[in-house]
Amino acid sequence: MHIPDGYLSPVTCAVMYAASTPFWAMAARRTRELMASRMVPLLSVFSAFAFVIMMFNIPLPGGTSGHAVGGTLIAVVLGPWAAIVGVSVALLIQAVFFGDGGILTFGANAFNMAIVLPMVGYGVYRLIAGGSPASSWRRVAGAGIGGYLGLNAGAFFTAVEFGLQPLLFHTADGTPLYSPFGLSTAIPAMMVPHLLVAGVAEAVVTVLVVRYLQASHPALLEKVTPEQPATALNLRWLWGMVAALVILSPLGLLAPGTAWGEWGTDQLEGVGLTFIPQGLEQLEGFWSAPLAEYSLGTWEPILAYALSGAIGVLVIAFITWLLTRQRVVAPRTR
Amino acid sequence: MRRNGDVIARTLASITGGLETALFAETLAGKPGLLQRLDPRTKILSFLALILATSLSVNPVGLVGLYALALLLACAGQVPLGWFVKRVWVFMPFFTGVIAIPALFNLVTPGQPVLVLASGLSGNFGPISLPADVSITEQGLRTASFLVLRVADSVSFGLLLVMTTPWAHVTKALRVLHVPQIFILILAMTHRYVFLLLHTATSMLLARESRRVGRLKGSQKRRWLAGVLGSLMGKSYHLSNEVYLAMLSRGFQGEPRLANAFRMRPLDYVWLMFSVLPLAGSMVRW
Repeated sequence: MHIPDGYLSPVTCAVMYAASTPFWAMAARRTRELMASRMVPLLSVFSAFAFVIMMFNIPLPGGTSGHAVGGTLIAVVLGPWAAIVGVSVALLIQAVFFGDGGILTFGANAFNMAIVLPMVGYGVYRLIAGGSPASSWRRVAGAGIGGYLGLNAGAFFTAVEFGLQPLLFHTADGTPLYSPFGLSTAIPAMMVPHLLVAGVAEAVVTVLVVRYLQASHPALLEKVTPEQPATALNLRWLWGMVAALVILSPLGLLAPGTAWGEWGTDQLEGVGLTFIPQGLEQLEGFWSAPLAEYSLGTWEPILAYALSGAIGVLVIAFITWLLTRQRVVAPRTR
Repeated sequence: MRRNGDVIARTLASITGGLETALFAETLAGKPGLLQRLDPRTKILSFLALILATSLSVNPVGLVGLYALALLLACAGQVPLGWFVKRVWVFMPFFTGVIAIPALFNLVTPGQPVLVLASGLSGNFGPISLPADVSITEQGLRTASFLVLRVADSVSFGLLLVMTTPWAHVTKALRVLHVPQIFILILAMTHRYVFLLLHTATSMLLARESRRVGRLKGSQKRRWLAGVLGSLMGKSYHLSNEVYLAMLSRGFQGEPRLANAFRMRPLDYVWLMFSVLPLAGSMVRW
């Protein structure tokens, strides 16, 4: 997942640095608040540890082997903000010192592996583990599933960054200047190996190390740092981001064409298919969604788009609320 | 994604490989070349400018020129040329090649055919419809060469910067980019502990490996490696506590103070001016 220099346009690199900076600033503030003067030695040693994890070659069931990033593991022990700093520093050393990953692309690499990965991984972990005791199997399951999903979320972002290059940056005659493959190629090419191999490596490492820690260093799975009750603030952040995404969603209207794989049968011809698969023809119209094509009749399309997004989010939130109504006990604070 | 084979040996090899590179870099950084004589701050800014020029350039000739410049600088920095060229190009086919080679063909990059490889294939295979000919296109050649040249240039410049500058100077010089001191201190200390932890990991792996009789199953290897990582994590935590106490007892109050003995010399100003030229050139579209 380490993107070298040359694959992404400088504009994308700048955007990714800009996207990562607020997270770094926030991480710096939070870790300083939580750890005070202990922050420097704790983060230094754990950054070094993150670096070492990435060097380990993990044998996987089925005869292959893969490398793990370890972002979720560090987030489980030190919290997500410390994981952001730790993995970022490890990636910087890899990039600058060992040439693994580019210098201009460092912002993108850090965003995918040091921000998205531990954030998603830790979120899933908290959702599953909740306030269960350190020795609980829910901790193990949460860490493993979190590691798997976190790594794949990171890989997905990487694939999107690759896939946007030929769309956005090409010469006048259409020759791609950077990575040549569009989203339709980049996403499956990136996701298949990560879903099958790298994600499994990440999950295996996270599960086995958490189990080892439960047996040998249970203190590390108690709160190492006097972390604040994470849910309240994290949730507010999360909702803010969801709201921003909803507001930004009409941006998609600017893109020509339809999302890959989401064509109606009338659009398939434009994609290069000379005939309409019979089954597809029969199935279309089988289900007409209440908010078909994300539009609400005669309303302004942009407003309708954002509103459809908001309604969708509310529906998902409602279902999630129903599913998680058996609320886990609020996390203990010390 | 390789065969299971001997993962322990491979992990050990990649760790020692990393340590070797680091040692080699320290040796190079101590040589009396032109690049080594530059102020680290100048060097960081100028190499960022060169990498940015590589990234912005839309002209293959310009990219070739930048590679020539990298070779010239390698000579000036007393970096062994054979090693330098090999280091960049040996890994190229594995990563970049996999992405660049399919882009050659009209299946990915439609355009003017340069070399027709097969014809008369026309037909539909399920949802995929093949064009009549499979050929290497002019556009495809350009796309692939853009990618390969750009990656080669960026990797070369990055390598030159790293191989001719001691890490301690790199971190301190980051202050010109307004990186907060606290990050610089963490970076410097992390680098220090990377080597300690790599050393510890090697010892743990070797200790067990040298006592092993017979073969281990995959699941046993997994458990063992996870145990190594877990206990390394425990050690890291313990170590960070001890380092914290050591720092505290020496008067650390949370704010680092770094000594800064860098001095800009005329050579630095000349070099800085020179390094901005390619960047300016790459922004001119012709």
